[in-house]
Amino acid sequence: MKSLSRLLAITRKEVRQLRRDRLTFGMIVGIPVIQMLLFGYAINTDVRNLRTAVADQANTHLSRQFVAELRETQVVDIIEFVDTPAALVERLRLGEISIGVVIPHDFERRVIDPERPAVHLLVDGSDPTISSVAIQLRNMPIAFDTGKNAPREHNIEVRPSYNPERRTPVNIIPGLMGVILTLTMMLFTAVAIVRERERGNLELLINTPVSSAELMIGKVIPYIVIGMIQLALILVVGDVLFEVPMRGSVLDLYLASGAFIAANLALGLAISTVAKTQFQAMQMTFFVLLPSILLSGFVFPFDGMPHFAQLLGEILPVTHYIRLTRGIMLREAGLIELYPELIALGLFTLVAMTGAALRFTKRLD
Amino acid sequence: MNNDYAIEANGLSKHFGDLKAVSNLDLKVPRGQIYGFLGPNGSGKSTTIRMLCGLLTPTEGTANVLGTAIPGSARNLKPKIGYMTQKFSLFGDMTVAENLQFIAEIYSVPKAERRPRIDELLGKYDLGGQRRQLAGTMSGGQKQRLALACAVLHHPELLLLDEPTSAVDPQSRRDFWANLFRLAEGGTTIMVSTHYMDEAERCHRLAILDRGIKVADGTPQDLQGNTGMHTVEVTADDPYRAQEALDCAEHVASVTQLGMRLRVLIPEHLAEPVGLVQQHLDAHGVTANVRLTTASLEDVFVAVTMGPEERVA
Repeated sequence: MKSLSRLLAITRKEVRQLRRDRLTFGMIVGIPVIQMLLFGYAINTDVRNLRTAVADQANTHLSRQFVAELRETQVVDIIEFVDTPAALVERLRLGEISIGVVIPHDFERRVIDPERPAVHLLVDGSDPTISSVAIQLRNMPIAFDTGKNAPREHNIEVRPSYNPERRTPVNIIPGLMGVILTLTMMLFTAVAIVRERERGNLELLINTPVSSAELMIGKVIPYIVIGMIQLALILVVGDVLFEVPMRGSVLDLYLASGAFIAANLALGLAISTVAKTQFQAMQMTFFVLLPSILLSGFVFPFDGMPHFAQLLGEILPVTHYIRLTRGIMLREAGLIELYPELIALGLFTLVAMTGAALRFTKRLD
Repeated sequence: MNNDYAIEANGLSKHFGDLKAVSNLDLKVPRGQIYGFLGPNGSGKSTTIRMLCGLLTPTEGTANVLGTAIPGSARNLKPKIGYMTQKFSLFGDMTVAENLQFIAEIYSVPKAERRPRIDELLGKYDLGGQRRQLAGTMSGGQKQRLALACAVLHHPELLLLDEPTSAVDPQSRRDFWANLFRLAEGGTTIMVSTHYMDEAERCHRLAILDRGIKVADGTPQDLQGNTGMHTVEVTADDPYRAQEALDCAEHVASVTQLGMRLRVLIPEHLAEPVGLVQQHLDAHGVTANVRLTTASLEDVFVAVTMGPEERVA
């Protein structure tokens, strides 16, 4: 009973301080909204309108049809027709175009010859996204109306499921929830505790009857509530501005988020037991945050990453959370079906919490 | 445990790697008294206080604080002690009343008693006007009074104060000590560390620490009577030359300048301290008034912290 009232005293104090700290309070609302606007509108992995020039040396009915189809993909924006491949190389070098399409004289014969490629794409390889787009383009079917085209390896068109209109926000928002929660939950918890150490408050608190468990749990409760509020905010903004679907159950999503928030708070606590200053706590947070953005499948497809990076990604809680949110929100999956991800989050929380509890003692030595 | 003592420590030591912060410290702190810890920075005062309240585990030795064994679980000890840190450690972004309220909740002061107790403390420590002020915006003296009010809110039996007056002006220090005496009269045992001689002089008893070793303890009067030195005061027109004459002279243990005067310590076994000093001054042609005087606490401090080779001079 005394223990609970001490815990609540810590929580009340934390809320009171948080209310006075306008900047932090603003960040709680500001970070999710601003990041969603930024990522939602600015990140566009769906590349369109790449400046392209064509050297159509065949200039036949079929080649003109091919160019028309290329234009229809909207991936390329054909800005110029040139006479020779050399002219394409020159324009690439100058950065005037990103892709050069060479259609050889013997285009029609090449189309039916499985040994020789029908079209050459000259690509500005300095931008990896453009290269990947080019790889996508090579799958474009080229066929005579008669259908006597050659069997080839790359003639399968990739048609993405669940996001057929290929709108980036639909993919980005469920992942962004994970990244935003990682940032705020981990950073706020770590900083909140380290700040007390820095200001000397902790030296006072550890000389009172407050136990470490009461102190840690009492401090963390307000941030759990904040996490849930942020989640609601993200869902509303995602729905209103980006029409992100919510195909599964909201309850499932909140349960999954609860497990994820717990994992991040545990990590924040663990960081706070290591970091001596707020600055160190912040650096450690970013040490976790960057891989959380890059290796979690949020920005780059998880399956496309090298094996080693995938292993690193599996360690991050956000990787599992993104699978949960994409599953629940976009594929209408149930929480039970996604249990391996939940187990992973639980394990992570257990390990981080144990580490934090072992390191956080009421002693100074 | 003898009930007359709030703290009994035997051979308490704390080492941080190669650094021996505190070595083999014995202490007996009687109940209801103000016990001072005098020593320069880095002499082990804070380390000792932290060991006594269970914040640091002693490398060697044991202690008994209010019936709780150290080292051991300090859980039962916490409600009985009040602790005031060297640095202001309350919450600067909360008001005075909120800070007191929080401390009352932490110490599980019954709800009905909280308000009257907080009002009482605000009155006693002259903080009535600051009730709604953010603690971080107050003056040094006000912060210190708030820290003391928070430390005694739960009526602790033992108050541990780690250099409580290092950040306040002389008037605030006087008021602060008046408050401490009031608490001691009420039966609270107070352990206070300081590096101010005048504060040490006010303690009922004190221990002098030097590089982690207790070099003397007792009442200020005892200590002043047992320095093992004669204290000779030299008043000279040219104190600088007088100091030059005495600094390296035979049988002079130490010379300290205080304005126009010099305080000279001469080992006790020498019979004629005044004559001796006079001789040295005459030899250098310095005219000065030389007289025997009683040791101040600063003389005690100088005498007990000097190395053995200086002591025999």
